[in-house]
Amino acid sequence: MTEISQVSYREISRNGLWDNNPALVQLLGLCPLLAVSGSVVNALGLGLATLAVLVGSNAAVSLIRHQVSDAVRIPAFVMIIATFTTCTEMLMKAYTYELYQILGIFIPLIVTNCTILGRAEAFASKNAIIPAIADGLLMGVGFGAVLLVLGAIREVLGSGTLFANMDLLFGPFAANWSLQIFGSGYSFLVAILPPGAFIITGLLIALKNTLDARAKLRKDALKAKPLKGAKRVRTTGVIH
Amino acid sequence: MALLRTTSPHLHAPQTTQHVMQQLLLATIPGLLALLWHFGWGSLINILIASVTALACEAAIVTARKRPVWFYLRDCSALVTAVLIGLALPPLVPWWVVVVGTAFAIIIAKHLYGGMGYNPFNPAMVGYVVLLISFPIEMTTWPAAHSMLATELNPPGLWESIQIIFQFSGSFELSGNTIDAFTAATPLDAFKHNNGLLVEQFYQQDAWFAAGRWAGAGWEWVNLGFLAGGCYLLYKKIFTWHAPVAMLSALTLMAWLNNDGGSSVSNGPASLHLLSGATMLGAFFIVTDPVTSAVSNTGRLIYGALIGVLIFVIRAWGNYPDAVAFAVLLMNFAAPFIDYYTLPRTYGHNKISERSSGSTDLSDPKLNLPEKKD
Repeated sequence: MTEISQVSYREISRNGLWDNNPALVQLLGLCPLLAVSGSVVNALGLGLATLAVLVGSNAAVSLIRHQVSDAVRIPAFVMIIATFTTCTEMLMKAYTYELYQILGIFIPLIVTNCTILGRAEAFASKNAIIPAIADGLLMGVGFGAVLLVLGAIREVLGSGTLFANMDLLFGPFAANWSLQIFGSGYSFLVAILPPGAFIITGLLIALKNTLDARAKLRKDALKAKPLKGAKRVRTTGVIH
Repeated sequence: MALLRTTSPHLHAPQTTQHVMQQLLLATIPGLLALLWHFGWGSLINILIASVTALACEAAIVTARKRPVWFYLRDCSALVTAVLIGLALPPLVPWWVVVVGTAFAIIIAKHLYGGMGYNPFNPAMVGYVVLLISFPIEMTTWPAAHSMLATELNPPGLWESIQIIFQFSGSFELSGNTIDAFTAATPLDAFKHNNGLLVEQFYQQDAWFAAGRWAGAGWEWVNLGFLAGGCYLLYKKIFTWHAPVAMLSALTLMAWLNNDGGSSVSNGPASLHLLSGATMLGAFFIVTDPVTSAVSNTGRLIYGALIGVLIFVIRAWGNYPDAVAFAVLLMNFAAPFIDYYTLPRTYGHNKISERSSGSTDLSDPKLNLPEKKD
């Protein structure tokens, strides 16, 4: 395994939050992303659980990267991820039991989330512990942010509320955070059901691509100044 | 829209998208009249709301895509989507249901996939299904046919229908009766929950079938109206006979095969399946959509037949009383796959089955490769 000596934290954050976002660009971990993002509280719960597992597994994988041979690395990574998932599951069972019941199978399924194994393999196994933790944290935040936005959009569109049942996660003092956006009888089931998740995720990806394309256009417009004293006329390509 | 799907010689026919769409609109008239006659003004108001929404959405999104607006509005394809949604929805459904369904059909099902000619799914059916799974109560509240109502009940007139649809205050109290007095489960739904009666008894006791002849009062005439419109389109050569005939034959065959002579768990005679629900509307106005169906004649036979089979399967053993929209969407998925195996052989080329088995094997004599010299 090669060691990447120079790690740019700026690049790690850009990758995790935007350029290489696990949900919008790598399209990893879509199963929990689509299944439990029906409301903000579910999305936040799963996002935090994934974040915790990702940070823990990245740190542990980075620590053992010199001791584990290439041949057995995947089973070792999966064991580590499974351990952290079980810990998270038990913590949720202890402190947020109702939310744990709502999220159901998707908490144990964090172990199969490709984002986590992907980061262990692609980053943590080749980097020191501090950058690995930073990568896990930012990838987790990037994943959780998309989950949260998706959950908010689906909750507003689907049931007309925002931040409903937040007491499941934050305890009784969050019980009246719920905002009623539309009337009390409002419901638009398709946004809560899986098709709505696919459609809204597609629209979010389209939005990100549009923003990227605009940014690139602006960058190119700044760069493309006519060269002084250019010798010949080119009709295609870029003059360097 | 590519209308030429055969090899040369091509005979030029003056058939434009606009002409096809106008003929389709014309052919919906008999079915629409039957709907208006038996179920009141609701369908007409639905169609008007849907048309305004569809044209507005089409104009907005075509402008956003920087395309010529008038060119796309003039081809009437958005109008056809709107009319089909208006015909498929229950009359007297609240106005916002129509608006949401039509906007979804035009913006998401049609234009986000690339617009006219590029949509893999039939926009009208996507709009309908989104509404059906989002607003189950509104979408299953069908009015009863006028001939079923007791004589002292006056069915809602034009002004009362407008009041119900636009939900003015107090609209649920019409001439002393609530809206529920005018509604009933559709014949297919009623038949599904026939509470252990023999088919013959059920036909005598249920209000729909007591007032109707073959498949429920009103519904049978609506379906016959769409059948008449479809025959007109066939006569005008707007589409070929393959897909609708295959669909109706498959549905009939499935009904025959599964008919147990009228027991209490019977899935219904073929006449019920052919003349109720959206069968005829689907067969002639949805299945024949040139964009989302298979392209070759063989392909269309397979495509139509599988839709017919799926309709029966979902009606008989599924949770929903009617199934045309689901069957069509499922087969829209499969249309490219059917096309892959049924494209007509071009003169001088191998059949697709031979090509796929031997194309990678260089020693295959069928490929006639020049011998290697080294």
